[in-house]
Amino acid sequence: MVGTAAHDELMGELAGMLDKLNKSGVKITRATDFNADLNVDSVAVMDFVLEVEDTYDISIPINLLSEVTTVGDFADVVARARADN
Amino acid sequence: MDLFDKFKPIAEAYAGLRAIGADPFKVAFDRIVSPTVGMIGNSEVVLAGTNNYLGLTFDPNVIAAAQKGAAEFGAGTTGSRIANGTYSPHKLLEEELAAHFGLDQAIVFTTGYQANLAVVAGLAGPQDVVLIDADCHASIYDACKLSGAQIVRFAHNDPASLDRRLSRLDRDASNKMVITEGLYSMFGDVAPLAEFIEVKKRHNAYLVVDEAHSFGVFGPNGLGLAEAEGVLADCDILVGTFSKSLAGIGGFAASSLPQFDLLRVAARAYMFTASSSAASIEATRAALREIKAQPKLRDQIWSNAKRLHAGLAGAGFKLCASPSPVIGVDMGDPGKAAAFWNALLAEGVYVNLAIPPGTPNSTSLLRCSVSAAHTPDQIDFIVERFTTVAARFAAADAAE
Repeated sequence: MVGTAAHDELMGELAGMLDKLNKSGVKITRATDFNADLNVDSVAVMDFVLEVEDTYDISIPINLLSEVTTVGDFADVVARARADN
Repeated sequence: MDLFDKFKPIAEAYAGLRAIGADPFKVAFDRIVSPTVGMIGNSEVVLAGTNNYLGLTFDPNVIAAAQKGAAEFGAGTTGSRIANGTYSPHKLLEEELAAHFGLDQAIVFTTGYQANLAVVAGLAGPQDVVLIDADCHASIYDACKLSGAQIVRFAHNDPASLDRRLSRLDRDASNKMVITEGLYSMFGDVAPLAEFIEVKKRHNAYLVVDEAHSFGVFGPNGLGLAEAEGVLADCDILVGTFSKSLAGIGGFAASSLPQFDLLRVAARAYMFTASSSAASIEATRAALREIKAQPKLRDQIWSNAKRLHAGLAGAGFKLCASPSPVIGVDMGDPGKAAAFWNALLAEGVYVNLAIPPGTPNSTSLLRCSVSAAHTPDQIDFIVERFTTVAARFAAADAAE
């Protein structure tokens, strides 16, 4: 999935949605860490998930977030959920 | 490499809080004088952060019942009901709670936390989906994690958000359990239960309502928000605690689901823990009798809640919700909240400091809980002290 046009498009959309959480204006890449780079706590990440679920009409159980630390990890979860939809 | 290394960010934040003044998580009262007054050393403190909603912890009938329970059954139970037997007060309390709700059964647990663990982790499994309101209590989140079920979170108090999530799940055959609370403990806002029930019925889901903060306070008989909204019969399981309006320690779940009793042999939080002391159970039974006998307690708590809400709002504080026995005062940021909390304590008012990530929307707030036992003068004293501290902070800000 990484390197495809669909992945780049998804990353671009997620970066747009993350804009309001990106208070220090860091460049969002796959390696961007929610906590270390964006200073976003776990509750704020879960609130972001709500928005992503409704945007793509997918279900992202929060069990899947335990391994998510970077935007790239999250993009992979979103891509799988969209593929399963 | 140390086991505690992972807590470095928490440790730093905690040290920062302690540097501001007293440790907000280790406030020790040397004496509790009444439901609304405690002593720290020789200083008298008005208690506005206790969850002692009906003020029954010092009711003479409740204390006498606790003493009788200890005298007749001993100080502790020394074991679980499954392995070591049930004492009759526990069984009687279950019958009385079920009758009070007009439901078939009630089960008593050792704490409210364990009641949620038992209901959620006991009933939901890896094949099921649990949908939780985003602002649900930590015990519900922990229970979900323990259950192994898929956990789907919906936006707080938003039936449309729940509806969308249930719609996405409609094509799979799993059981769906929806969990909301009645009165939310941080902001003091209430769930739109009737709307949630319409949604859950349409999707054939179960609804669990945690009335920890609303039992005793809402409804013509004090049964909680579901009673107040006229939807009690549509809730599949009601959960509650003894440690707030009921003046004891423990929790319960009540339901008319036909196989509900199976929870006793399915829920590890029931099976593998000691049952509450007879003193606590007898105190709870007595408090339940007082709730029935003294409807005026509900009038008093609502009168006090409205008085405090109006006083704080009138003084210019930003409040998190409409009047209720839980009043959250939005302080803006954690540092200011902690400093204000310290100043209030020094002025003789104890409230709760609540800061992210333990709060909704990363809000930093001072949480007040009102009691029916507060006098109007005490409520006015709390407002006056909030106002005094705010004026001092504003003067310091202006001087900078």
